Amino acid sequence: MERDDIIEYSLDAHHSEEVGRQIRRKIWQVTLLLAVVTTIEVALGAYWKEWFPNSWQVVKLVYVVLTLIKAGFIVAVFMHLGDERRNIRMIILLPYALFILYLLWIAIWESNYVHRAWEMFL
Amino acid sequence: MAGEATKALSKDVLWGGGRSPFSISYGKMMMWFFLVSDALTFSGLLVAYGFVRHSTTEAWPIGEEVFRALPFLHGSYPLIYVALMTAILIFSSVTMVLSVEAGHRMDKKGVIKWLFLTVIGGAFFVGSQAWEWSHFIHGGGGYLIAQDGAKYWVHNDTHDTHDPINAPGFHLQKAVPGHYLFGEEHVEGAAAEAIWTNKVNYVDGANMVRNEYGPPQYANFFFFITGFHGFHVFSGVIINLIVLIMAMQGVFHRRGHYEMVEKAGLYWHFVDLVWVFVFTFFYLL
Repeated sequence: MERDDIIEYSLDAHHSEEVGRQIRRKIWQVTLLLAVVTTIEVALGAYWKEWFPNSWQVVKLVYVVLTLIKAGFIVAVFMHLGDERRNIRMIILLPYALFILYLLWIAIWESNYVHRAWEMFL
Repeated sequence: MAGEATKALSKDVLWGGGRSPFSISYGKMMMWFFLVSDALTFSGLLVAYGFVRHSTTEAWPIGEEVFRALPFLHGSYPLIYVALMTAILIFSSVTMVLSVEAGHRMDKKGVIKWLFLTVIGGAFFVGSQAWEWSHFIHGGGGYLIAQDGAKYWVHNDTHDTHDPINAPGFHLQKAVPGHYLFGEEHVEGAAAEAIWTNKVNYVDGANMVRNEYGPPQYANFFFFITGFHGFHVFSGVIINLIVLIMAMQGVFHRRGHYEMVEKAGLYWHFVDLVWVFVFTFFYLL
């Protein structure tokens, strides 16, 4: 059977040397950003407690935000999801967000109760 | 940027058949659907880890105290090794996206060069993880529970866990609750030997039943989450290797496009993406 499904879409992804140069510059910019963010994370983990004891909750929040920033750039630029159509973006992100936000909410909620139950009965 | 998505298509053509409304090939779409389901699996594992950690009343180990060793070096380097692993994986992700970009220009040599570096980076990561597992399983000397119920860290110069009392530099250190290998007073000489001889229990290294770091679930989640991710990296290296060989044979050049590199790249970036989350939620938090 003739494969008419892959050829046309794949050929449309081709680009010139000029466009390629722009894309490569963007790739290296994102690389720099990911490296800097990871370095900040490790530095916070290693030194924050010595400098500012009793404020670890702030760092945890910062970690989650930095992680989401990193993940966003990887998905949007490296995986090219930012260049895809809105249709496909939504069909990938919305079901995932729906399930995981619910799972997160119920896990945080329930683990509070389980924690209290352990404290009470152990 | 370049690619199908920038092509202007009128709305009535989009859903009218003959053209995918997503402007994406079948293979890429299925890879995305697989990645979504795989992402749900990994999220489930990490949420389960958070659930157990949040609900337990025991002290949970601290990442930068447990993971602070480097190969061939003595001393304390909190999280440096894991950060190096992260850097290796991120850079192999960069070489992958450069390979995909080269494919869009039909640059066969570029595809092969960057894909080869990606395979090397992936192999390095799997090797690093093997070292980390080995270090985690062997541990840093272990602890003993004395007759009076007190917990002591067992130290010696060679990290001997089979016969620590006869190893050079043997001494004990009274543990501080919630900290790993941290202690108050050192106990040496005959006093340390007396505590060792009359100990109730000695725990060293890590396995699925017990470990020296903290609650058993800690090691269980370490093995399961990093193991599941490591298996993804391993299979990704194999897939990249196959695609590399096909690219070297000119299969994609004859086909007229390098979309296979793009699809393998999606999987490889996903592996990197998962590691970003594992790094934060298992090691940092």
